[in-house]
Amino acid sequence: MAKKECVAQYKDESSMLRSRRDKMNTGEQSPVSTHHESTQEENTEDDRLSEGDSQSLNGTSAQHDQGIYSPNNEAQSTVFFLLVVLLSFSTRLYKIMEPPHVCWDETHFGKMGSYYINRTFFFDVHPPLGKMLIGLAGYMTGYDGTYPFLKPGDKYEHHNYWGMRGFCASLGSCLPPFAYLTVLELSQSLTAALITAAVLAFDTGCITISQYILLDPILMFFIMGAVLSMVKFNRQRYRPFSAPWWFWLVLTGVNLSGALGVKFVGLFVILLVGLNTARDLWSLLGDLHLSLMDFGKHLLSRVFGLILLPLFLYVTIFAVHFVVLNKSGPGDGFFSSAFQSRLIGNNLHNASMPEYLAYGSVITVKNLRIAGGYLHSHWHLYPEGVGAKQQQVTAYLHKDYNNMWLVHRPNDSDAQSGEPDLVRHGDIIRLEHKETTRNLHSHLHEAPLTKKHFQVTGYGINGTGDPNDLWQVEVCGGQKGNLVKVLRSKVRFLHRATGCVLYSSGKTLPKWGWEQVEVTCSPYLKETPNSQWNIEDHINTKLPNISLSVLKPHFLEILLESHIVMIRGNSGLKPKDNEMNSKPWHWPINYQGLRFSGVNETEYRVYLLGNPVIWWLNLVSLGLYVVMVAAASLALRRGVQLDKRRIEHCRVLLEGGGLLLLGWLLHYVPFYTMGRILYYHHYFPAMLFSSMLTGITLDTLLQSADLWLRPPYSHWLLRGGQAMLFLAILDSFYMFHPLSYGMRGPLAHDPDSTMAGLKWMDSWEF
Amino acid sequence: ETYGHPRLLFDSMLTSIKLPIVIRAEINLVLVVVTALGLLSRLYGINFPKAVVFDEVYYGQFVSLYTKQVFFIDESGPPLGHMILAFGAYLGGFDGNFIWNRIGAEYSSNVPVWSLRLIPALAGSLCVPLCYLLVVELGYSHLTALGAALLFLMENSLIVQSRFMLLESVLIFFLLLAVVSYLRFHNAQSDSPVRLAWLVLTGVTCACAVGVKYMGLFTYFLLLGLAAVHTWQLIGDRALSNVSSLGSVVLMQVVSRFLALVVLPLLLYLGFFYVHLTLLYRSGPHDQMMSSAFQASLEGGLARITQGQPLEVAYGSQVTLRSVSSKPMPCWLHSHKANYPIRYENGRGSSHQQQVTCYPFKDVNNWWIIKDPGRYLVVSSPPRPVRHGDVVQLLHGMTSRLLNTHDVAAPMSPHAQEVSGYIDFNVSMPAQNLWKVDIANREAEQEVWKTILSEVRLIHINTSAVLKLSGSSLPEWGYRQLEVVGDKIYKGYQPSGVWNVEEHRYGTSQEQRERELELHSPTHIDINRNLTFIAKFLELQWKMLTVKHEDSEHKYSSSPLEWITMNTNIAYWLHPASNAQIHLIGNFVTWTLANLALAVYVLLFLSYLLRRRRKIEDIPEATWCQLLQAGVVCAGGWAVNYLPFFMMEKTLFLYHYLPALTFQILLIPVVLEHLHTHMLRWVPMTRLGLGLNPVTLLPFS
Repeated sequence: MAKKECVAQYKDESSMLRSRRDKMNTGEQSPVSTHHESTQEENTEDDRLSEGDSQSLNGTSAQHDQGIYSPNNEAQSTVFFLLVVLLSFSTRLYKIMEPPHVCWDETHFGKMGSYYINRTFFFDVHPPLGKMLIGLAGYMTGYDGTYPFLKPGDKYEHHNYWGMRGFCASLGSCLPPFAYLTVLELSQSLTAALITAAVLAFDTGCITISQYILLDPILMFFIMGAVLSMVKFNRQRYRPFSAPWWFWLVLTGVNLSGALGVKFVGLFVILLVGLNTARDLWSLLGDLHLSLMDFGKHLLSRVFGLILLPLFLYVTIFAVHFVVLNKSGPGDGFFSSAFQSRLIGNNLHNASMPEYLAYGSVITVKNLRIAGGYLHSHWHLYPEGVGAKQQQVTAYLHKDYNNMWLVHRPNDSDAQSGEPDLVRHGDIIRLEHKETTRNLHSHLHEAPLTKKHFQVTGYGINGTGDPNDLWQVEVCGGQKGNLVKVLRSKVRFLHRATGCVLYSSGKTLPKWGWEQVEVTCSPYLKETPNSQWNIEDHINTKLPNISLSVLKPHFLEILLESHIVMIRGNSGLKPKDNEMNSKPWHWPINYQGLRFSGVNETEYRVYLLGNPVIWWLNLVSLGLYVVMVAAASLALRRGVQLDKRRIEHCRVLLEGGGLLLLGWLLHYVPFYTMGRILYYHHYFPAMLFSSMLTGITLDTLLQSADLWLRPPYSHWLLRGGQAMLFLAILDSFYMFHPLSYGMRGPLAHDPDSTMAGLKWMDSWEF
Repeated sequence: ETYGHPRLLFDSMLTSIKLPIVIRAEINLVLVVVTALGLLSRLYGINFPKAVVFDEVYYGQFVSLYTKQVFFIDESGPPLGHMILAFGAYLGGFDGNFIWNRIGAEYSSNVPVWSLRLIPALAGSLCVPLCYLLVVELGYSHLTALGAALLFLMENSLIVQSRFMLLESVLIFFLLLAVVSYLRFHNAQSDSPVRLAWLVLTGVTCACAVGVKYMGLFTYFLLLGLAAVHTWQLIGDRALSNVSSLGSVVLMQVVSRFLALVVLPLLLYLGFFYVHLTLLYRSGPHDQMMSSAFQASLEGGLARITQGQPLEVAYGSQVTLRSVSSKPMPCWLHSHKANYPIRYENGRGSSHQQQVTCYPFKDVNNWWIIKDPGRYLVVSSPPRPVRHGDVVQLLHGMTSRLLNTHDVAAPMSPHAQEVSGYIDFNVSMPAQNLWKVDIANREAEQEVWKTILSEVRLIHINTSAVLKLSGSSLPEWGYRQLEVVGDKIYKGYQPSGVWNVEEHRYGTSQEQRERELELHSPTHIDINRNLTFIAKFLELQWKMLTVKHEDSEHKYSSSPLEWITMNTNIAYWLHPASNAQIHLIGNFVTWTLANLALAVYVLLFLSYLLRRRRKIEDIPEATWCQLLQAGVVCAGGWAVNYLPFFMMEKTLFLYHYLPALTFQILLIPVVLEHLHTHMLRWVPMTRLGLGLNPVTLLPFS
């Protein structure tokens, strides 16, 4: 009965009322969270503190919420915040126009920005938002999209590039303030927040990567934005469904879609937010004062804010992308024939041809692999020693009259009159090369490059050949009797005599094959894009043409296709065997940077490399954090008596630090499993989390100085340590700032160099 | 009652020995029966067919090499599995003489088929009683345990896999034994030596499982996780130790678990390699993949040549230089009487000087002479050793050209410098043939360049380029040998830029003709050198993990998704004449039931979990814990042995799924018992299934 009353009260009261009641009950500033209080009223406060479970930790956090924001503190933190903003913008915008030539990947992303301004279709392995924003920034600042961005080192001359660089740098400048706010929120400690902000603001790596036309500053902006709004949202836990609660929830969702819209790395921050939300919901579910109805409201609002809204925005980004890019361009070949028919200037745009494949038609056949070529043959034979010395059949990436093939019945020689018959699933056909009149042929000789497959040749003359020229048409997912639709049907050609399937391996033939792509007949009958083809051009005068616009794929199909193409493109970026490539373990130790501009002594050199003092500090802090958190949890687990301040430290380490460590792990560990080529700059999102963790760890460590020193000395150690830390950061920034702001003259191994003596690792290249 | 008491263990411990000594044993007849059935199903007629069945062709080679004690390297797994198979061969007295080249090839009479297949079959049959014990240890009834054992017994894919010389059944045996012994340890009440023995057995079997296949790691990590959670609970148990003996009990427990589950397996794993390397002391087909030092430690092969070589490289030494990188293949610095073409096919020009390449075969043209610039070619007496930092010239033995590099683009890698044997064409292209010796693995400055042991970078004096293997092959004009370049942007330690002296002798002849004769003759003189075990282990393990074999398509390869639906099978053997076949394919009923059980378990688990969070307790706490533990072991065991395959890029087969399947099968009876005792209890109350369940009717009667 009493319990019921309690529940009713709980529902009615606002959070303010509750906290006041808490105070009245315990007679002092109470460290008790409300639900805890109402379930275990008979517990004394001491019991709760010594319990050391998560509930009592929540309790102390509630207390702290009230304690920390005294007006004085708030003013102080605002002043520091403004200082951080100022420092951050000034370090990133300084020398933003230097060097006045294309640096590193600007050649890609600048170019893609221009494509948006010119509305030309292109292909990239990343989702479009980052490049769209770059294009927009360029457009707004008067860049006309005419600069070709051919290769790194090209001079910009009169072209207007400051807008794009400035835009990226501004987003990059938001990172230290965001990190400052996040850490302040998590630790309630101004020093921790300031350490974090200093680490990020004075890191040469973060500065360099923010200063150029790249996706990374945009990506990191959204990642940090998502983390900040998530932390702010967590903070609103005690005021559910209030305006700020909704605001931070929606903002988290918007940032998530932004992060994913720039690079797929955004998935990791989505995972982080997802895990945090799951934990949040779990504790709500365990709160028996909350009715299931209320819990349902919580659940649904999060589904809306963190799943539906981001999904909608993400899809919208793609919709804008497809609407803006409506002209044929360099990306066409990566996409299917149906996709290409959307693009103005592509030969399939507004074309018309017969809808179903028929006997007697002239066709081109395109492989469904990414950038798969057209089935091709020409007046050249396979060289001596490569299978039978018959005419070559290859896959060719460009449109050419040698891609034309004639569809015949197995034995017909003369054309029939009247309406031609349509080709159906299961039919046996013969494909005759239009130019050379050879039949598509295969036999039990090994293929030139893929030795386990059979060779495919052109054989016979004027259409007369042998039984090895017969192929069975199979529509993927079709049944006997289905028609073959131009552009849309996926078709496989099964060789009658050997049972193998026509296959394009993607390997490039040597000189004798004009470096075209190998075509084989594969005995492995798995349905892969390599063995699937579609009919692209289709000429048959006896059939009525239909406009291809009816075959145009609808939006969801385009969306799906472009994702498949992107994912395949990503996994296709394999490291080359004999190149020195960056390994994930190189990154945290700052093993090797990236050359942004210039190589030798005469050039203006910019080198992307983290400030080693800061990076190694981060590394040490990670180790320290693990040790400290192990000690803290063991102490809590074994029930060691701790005072309030110490318990608060444990809470910050476990909850705030835990969240950041999780963020670091999520943004770092997956790279170990990736087969694609990796670069140093992939570590930067993880580095943000690591820096925030450094702030919390070092601050807590210094605050705990009184564990091993008596009061006056411990206080000196605290202040001294903080001063040392800031001095070290500033001094190292002064030493290494030429990495970001440009170096000229001799390289570092020369004593005359500005960087002399700073090449602490042999692997650094400046 | 048809079944007896669960414990096979001796009833009373021999704590105090009193006369007369009496041992009373209780024997679980059910266990005996299922063991017998297991043996019958797995051992019956295992010497049929007398032909190579599927992967026997692969493991067979290694068994043969074991019996001949010839060194080999197999990247597919650690050596324990091969050792176990080889032990079978040893029992059967196999002499190793069989050519393992084709599936379906008839075994010759010297191959003891029965004993080769015996050990996997035994391991496979013992899995049946282990399943029984595992379910009992999870706290379920004997009837349920019997069900588990029977389901496992009648899974034909497991039967097929056990009956041939394959490793999966051995792996599954160790996995089940590890889980059973850990559960025994966990369930035991008091701190007796027997309890400790179970813990040690867990560690040992985990090591064995990992030693058979790397896949064992997944289950090992699962057990480690489970042990960590249990230990954490132990630490939290404040009743265990008061302040006076603070943590002593807890500390002991934590330390003993750490020793048994982490340290012991590590040591055993090293032990397997120790045995492996001790047994295989002869050189063999895979020597070339290893470093010169490793090869020199094997009997025969390189050791025959290098034994007795002088240790210190001196001015005038005649050497062959092997690239430390074995990518794309092991090779030696080489030159021959052919020049670079004046123009390459793409129109770029060359120096037209003598080609310098890297050649993957032993050849007299691999010999170079270390020359002091401006001095003679013979070794002085006493020899003057070459040290780190010294500047030398390298003279090609057969053509007397000096190793040279200059600012000319290399043929295949235009960003790097061409390396040539210098020919003076009088075209203002001066000789640049001085090289600094930089010993990468030196322990002291001024260290002497040692044969085989020293890894040396050759740094060009004029351009500070490093002599390096580029990784590409030269075209026809370079006889498809490997390209060697001078790399100016060399950074860090790259194996492709490091060389070691493999064959070595002190040159004595001043005259070119005599020297050629000398080069053709074998080396001699005697010094003994040995690698430590740890160095050998590290090298072998690293090679095993990094050797890449080509992506090969296979007719019967499959993807993980096809396994759960049993959408794939493998033809293991086909009689050439009678068309008799052996297929690896699952028992459809078992697979469906297992998938169903998993789905039901997940549903049950989630609903209980959420309802418990709302303080609605459908089942008692103890039952919930039991269900949770069964889930961790069975569903968890399935997940850790299955899901990682989605991230693997190697060629996968249906048999990779069998360990996961084993755990999934155990879930069927567990879920059934739970449904029976806790869900059907409601049936009599709704008057639907009256009389179905005598146990739950008892309270009403």
